Amino acid sequence: MIGSSCGIFGVMDRSGKRFKGRMVVEAMKNMYVRGNGLGAGFAVYGLYKDYKEYYCFHVMIQNRDMGAKREVDLFLNDNFHVVDDEEIPVNDEVEVVDPPLFWRYFVSPKKSGRDQKLSDDDYVVKKVMEINTKIRNAYVISSGKNMGVFKGTGFPWDIAEYFMIEDYKGYMWTAHSRFPTNTPGWWGGAHPFCILDWTVVHNGEISSYGTNKRYLEMFGYCCTLMTDTEVMAYIFDLLMRRFGYPIEVVAKILAPPMWDQIDNMDEKRKRFYTILRMTYGPLLVNGPWTVIVAHHGEMFGLTDRIRLRPLTAGEKGDLLFLSSEESAIRAVCPNPDRVWTPHGGEPVIGRLDEKALKRVVE
Amino acid sequence: MKSHLLPDFYVERIESRCNKCGVCVKQCPWGVYSWDEEGKEILIDYTKCVGCQRCVIYCPNKALIVKPYEGSYRPNAYWTREVISDIKKQAEQGGVILIGTGSDKPYKVYFDHILLNASQVTNPSIDPLREPMELRTFIGRKPDKLEIDPDDFEIKTEITPNLVIETPIMFAGMSYGAISYNAFLSLAMASKEFGTKFCTGEGGLPKDMREEYGEVAIVQCASGRFGVDPEYLNCACAIEIKIGQGAKPGIGGHLPGEKVSKKISETRMIPEGTDALSPAPHHDIYSIEDLAMLIYALKEATDYEKPVFVKIAAVHNVAAIASGIVRAGADAIVIDGFRGGTGATPKVMRDHVGIPIEMAIAVVDQRLREEGIRHKCSIIASGGIRCSADVVKAIALGADAVYIGTAALIAMGCTMCQKCYTGKCSWGICTQDENLAKRLNPKVASKRLVNLLRAWSLEIKEMMGAMGINAIESLRGNREHLRGIGLEEWELRILGIKGAGEGYEI
Repeated sequence: MIGSSCGIFGVMDRSGKRFKGRMVVEAMKNMYVRGNGLGAGFAVYGLYKDYKEYYCFHVMIQNRDMGAKREVDLFLNDNFHVVDDEEIPVNDEVEVVDPPLFWRYFVSPKKSGRDQKLSDDDYVVKKVMEINTKIRNAYVISSGKNMGVFKGTGFPWDIAEYFMIEDYKGYMWTAHSRFPTNTPGWWGGAHPFCILDWTVVHNGEISSYGTNKRYLEMFGYCCTLMTDTEVMAYIFDLLMRRFGYPIEVVAKILAPPMWDQIDNMDEKRKRFYTILRMTYGPLLVNGPWTVIVAHHGEMFGLTDRIRLRPLTAGEKGDLLFLSSEESAIRAVCPNPDRVWTPHGGEPVIGRLDEKALKRVVE
Repeated sequence: MKSHLLPDFYVERIESRCNKCGVCVKQCPWGVYSWDEEGKEILIDYTKCVGCQRCVIYCPNKALIVKPYEGSYRPNAYWTREVISDIKKQAEQGGVILIGTGSDKPYKVYFDHILLNASQVTNPSIDPLREPMELRTFIGRKPDKLEIDPDDFEIKTEITPNLVIETPIMFAGMSYGAISYNAFLSLAMASKEFGTKFCTGEGGLPKDMREEYGEVAIVQCASGRFGVDPEYLNCACAIEIKIGQGAKPGIGGHLPGEKVSKKISETRMIPEGTDALSPAPHHDIYSIEDLAMLIYALKEATDYEKPVFVKIAAVHNVAAIASGIVRAGADAIVIDGFRGGTGATPKVMRDHVGIPIEMAIAVVDQRLREEGIRHKCSIIASGGIRCSADVVKAIALGADAVYIGTAALIAMGCTMCQKCYTGKCSWGICTQDENLAKRLNPKVASKRLVNLLRAWSLEIKEMMGAMGINAIESLRGNREHLRGIGLEEWELRILGIKGAGEGYEI
């Protein structure tokens, strides 16, 4: 339950058109005081279009431990077909503290034995968890197709420059600037958090952490990354990927209406929300939080039900913006068609149309 | 045989205040006060005093002080006065020492070694006077996963019945027979008014209460099967199979024939004036599979419309037993800690058998989670819940709700004199003597109970708000908000909490 007060930002072109990361970095610069240089990161979707049928693993090698790197190479060769791999290019001129080694691998699953029953996604999740828990000093920080996460210790513009992301192109971006209050910033603790193509950037401190964590443990998730954002990521994974609920329902589990409101609904809705809350009460996420979640084709922002952390949304043509502050939106889009403040617990959702989605993932 | 026992209490009368009105003579059922032959002086035999304080409260002139008898044996930390007295008692009577209420022994109180968290800066605390703060609780089995049609607000999964309570506090099983009709009725009235439930204990539910209070009654099915018939089961909101009780794990119960009045005989369905004996085990439950059969027999009898609870005493292997009970089909498990109260128990059982409720909640909750079945069953913690902070700690350790028994009796007037088994309760609670029972006015007593529920609920909201939590479900099992103080490593491990001064994750 590591508290952070942070700046978060997301932007998506709903037609699927790709654009450079410069805009995102500019927006983050406008929220300078929301971070303290102890963590920042970016997720970009539509990044690896030449390899879009392969999972891309970004592996962080702590302390540049080449033994760990060799272990990862062996593990990946045993469990995956590795079609390409390279060190993630960085700009060594940029001053960052103790940068680990980052390596990316484009892979497809090589399932054997009992694992053959698993779907590709479940297989990848399992193998990522294995690397993260079993290989010391190695962490898979990004594991989706045609997308990637870049993050580390520093201000957003430092991290952006270090990874040279201003020149990367994607149709959807999320970004995070961190103000950790309880933990030393470490490269792996920065946001976004990622599993498969799901990413989460989060601003908040979850007061229901113990309840959420212990409920998730019943479904095989173990929270190891020392941050409550991880809990958030696993909840979305459970409810959206594994249970298949749409965000409209998931929002009402994480941030349910008050009983006073439920009691005054029509019978049908009353029954629906009562059972939903009764069943998934342990996944109510309490305390102050705003989250931006993305996966291919969809991005949404959501706050806690009494809206203790900020979220502003904006639109300009096909562009949808989500931001901690309106100023960050206006800094990169001076004349938006519309800017609004969503109610607590009401998701703001951006989706690609089906044609555009096909272009991105197939 | 001459009794060698020292008196327990001493009664001091402030002569200048006493105007010999005689209220004390009328109020005391123990025979401490009596008029002399001429009817002029009030005599005091303090050796009969049990310290119930009835006379003190009702003396219109505030002329009485009742205090522990000061004279004692040579001080001895090992052969204490209580030890000596018990030996003398048994040497004189040759029997089991009976006693009422939960254990009063100075075992470590784990609740008092646990501190709560509050928000500062990084997480805003929530003011319950300005913001919604929700205590609504559901007791019963929850589905593994919901099948949802989101476009039509439709849930296709079949839902098992749950009790809905507006505060996570219910009244524990106290039977009509053990307590008076008025006390029993007061619990029912308060439950209905506040939106919670009460448990009937094993003495049945009087027919005249079924229509009005059935919906708030959790009816017990205990080893004596007193008062159990289809109407009894079907008028209730839930059914509780009582296997054991914290004050006397592993033994049965005994309501002496003198207490079995006409109305009690009708309610329990036994002849008037006969002893009501509850066997130690249910003689149709010698194993977990037998329990499963009774659970399903009761569900069949009530058309699967009521949650079925199973109540056990917290004993050494409680986690494994609880797991078996969940797998046997129970919708809620009631765990009664070794501090749990009673109307009558052998003192040796009360004071030496069982484990603390705090540890029992912690290990049961953890075990059910490890087995992935925590959602299949609610946990109701019972036995020695004294205040709202105990409730909050019990829930954060993993309970869904608590039962209160002793605290409810104290709210109605009980002063913990521990003489419940005598049937002479001067406060009209634990008695079938009509003259004593009518001292308890159900309107007033239920008001006191409602006030207590209200006060505790307000305090729970304050504590939750301070933690930055606005719904009770976010407190449940949330051990991150608990820290141990003055506990050893093994105790922290069992409770699943960190020590004071330790921050969040690692």
